[in-house]
Amino acid sequence: MSNPELTGRPSPLDTKARAAARAATPTSPRHSSATAKLARGLGWFSIGLGLMEIIATRTVARRTGLLGRESLLRVHGMREVANGVGILASRKPAPQSGWMWGRVVGDALDLTTVTAAAAAAKARRPGSHPVAAMVAVAGVAMLDVVCARSLQRQANAARQTTDYSNRSGIGASPEQVRGAALKTFMQPPDMQAMPQADTTVLR
Amino acid sequence: MKALCWQGKHDVRHETVPDPRIEEPRDAIIKVSSCAICGSDLHLFDGFMPGMEQGDVLGHEFMGEVVEVGPGNQKLRVGDRVVVPFTICCGDCEQCLRGNFSVCERSNRNKEAADKVFGHTTAGLFGYTHLTGGYAGGQAEYVRVPYADVTPVKVPRSLSDEQVLFLGDIFPTGWQAAVQCDIQRTDTVAIWGAGPVGQFAARSAWLLGARQVVVIDRLPDRLSMARACGALTINFDRESVFERLNELTGGKGPEKCIDAVGMESHVGATVDTFYDRAKQVLMAETDRPHVLREMIYVCRPAGVLSIPGVYGGLVDKIPFGMLMNKGLTVRTGQTHVNRWTDDLLRRIEEGQIDPSFVVTHIEPLANGPQMYKTFRDKQHGCIKVVLKP
Repeated sequence: MSNPELTGRPSPLDTKARAAARAATPTSPRHSSATAKLARGLGWFSIGLGLMEIIATRTVARRTGLLGRESLLRVHGMREVANGVGILASRKPAPQSGWMWGRVVGDALDLTTVTAAAAAAKARRPGSHPVAAMVAVAGVAMLDVVCARSLQRQANAARQTTDYSNRSGIGASPEQVRGAALKTFMQPPDMQAMPQADTTVLR
Repeated sequence: MKALCWQGKHDVRHETVPDPRIEEPRDAIIKVSSCAICGSDLHLFDGFMPGMEQGDVLGHEFMGEVVEVGPGNQKLRVGDRVVVPFTICCGDCEQCLRGNFSVCERSNRNKEAADKVFGHTTAGLFGYTHLTGGYAGGQAEYVRVPYADVTPVKVPRSLSDEQVLFLGDIFPTGWQAAVQCDIQRTDTVAIWGAGPVGQFAARSAWLLGARQVVVIDRLPDRLSMARACGALTINFDRESVFERLNELTGGKGPEKCIDAVGMESHVGATVDTFYDRAKQVLMAETDRPHVLREMIYVCRPAGVLSIPGVYGGLVDKIPFGMLMNKGLTVRTGQTHVNRWTDDLLRRIEEGQIDPSFVVTHIEPLANGPQMYKTFRDKQHGCIKVVLKP
């Protein structure tokens, strides 16, 4: 076992120290992997939905009660695509959580747009399902919030600085051990530096 | 058995692979008790090292118990506890007899390919590119160790895995980096990179009598660990490395400089780092040598540059005229691990140093793929990951 006095901390083999080492990772690998998968899934969903809103604008507008507001729908589509690309292009939790919060804001805009449309007369045409659209947007919004919060926690944990100033690894204070190895050490001949430089300094 | 396998860039998986078996009379099979992720494993993870193949078992820092021994092996017995150095050496060739174990002439089984690429072969390495033999690595439950009557180091049971595991690579690597500097009591030793090798280089330089040790990095947790051993620190995000080193050395610069960063230096602090990254993307350069450039610039004339940091291929815009005119000595190479292990093991037993200080994460082997990312992204204060199969 390592000497606690030597390292200034418990041995890593000590159960408590192991627990502390694990506690340094606030989210388990499995959890962070699941969040990453969910984020990727939502990223692709965002791109798919955005492309639908851009390419099949009229169909989407009819289904969601947004006929007559196709231009607005295309803007929403472009925003969805940009958001999705941002999520998929981000590797680390911090920027990915930023993009994910962007999706949450987008969800709020979508919900406002669909709610306003639902109140309008045009939305009550046959084949139009504004309420279903509202429920769907709310459902995805909940997933977005869960994912964004999880990524945010990971990003915050990653930013936390751990203080290792008690981990010297050397047997005593630095001044006491300075040069301690020299008592039993011979500089290998093939690794000697230019001797004249050092003797000049020492003179 | 289970092992961590390289499946491509940023793709390491915990998979089932065939158990290793004795192939040569001098072989041994080791049941791994602890293994670690090394900074140079990240070069494989990030796809910067040529010669990798899908399914390669990773890992070159490992230790464990001997469970099988070849008929020609007179050194090891079943039940021996050993640390296995990452450089495989035969012990008989001209280079091994000189103590240059990392350039053993026989242990690279892909010698012909290495001869073509490097001019002359270097030693075989565990869990690394096929240019160095393509030997299965130690991030696994079992490993086949070639030349096992020379390479492994027997360790006493009185010391924990975390105290002796790093004898296989990072401790001797930091030690050799300092020894190559031929440190005098008047020397300032500047070390770029406060990762595991930088931490061991700082402690080694201190134990070898340096007047002052200065560690350069940008991560506060790593710098705090460097300060713990008495080193001064420079956060290059906040202050000029050149100006601060001049302040500390009366305007003359450090006599000895150690590059413990290597080919993937941080992109962002200076213009040349963006230039290197752009050239890497365009495949016009393989490595980012910012630290080399900075060391050549700040080092005192007639000083020594020691380079344990791993470089893989081609670098650009190295101020060689400056290097030549300042009369700098350059020493580099993979570590001749077995040259130092007996001495360093004795120092651990005597309590001069306890290498377990560097361990920040202990995880099951199955969590290895995630820990590669945690280590690469330096999340959660990660400095050194130990995995338990």
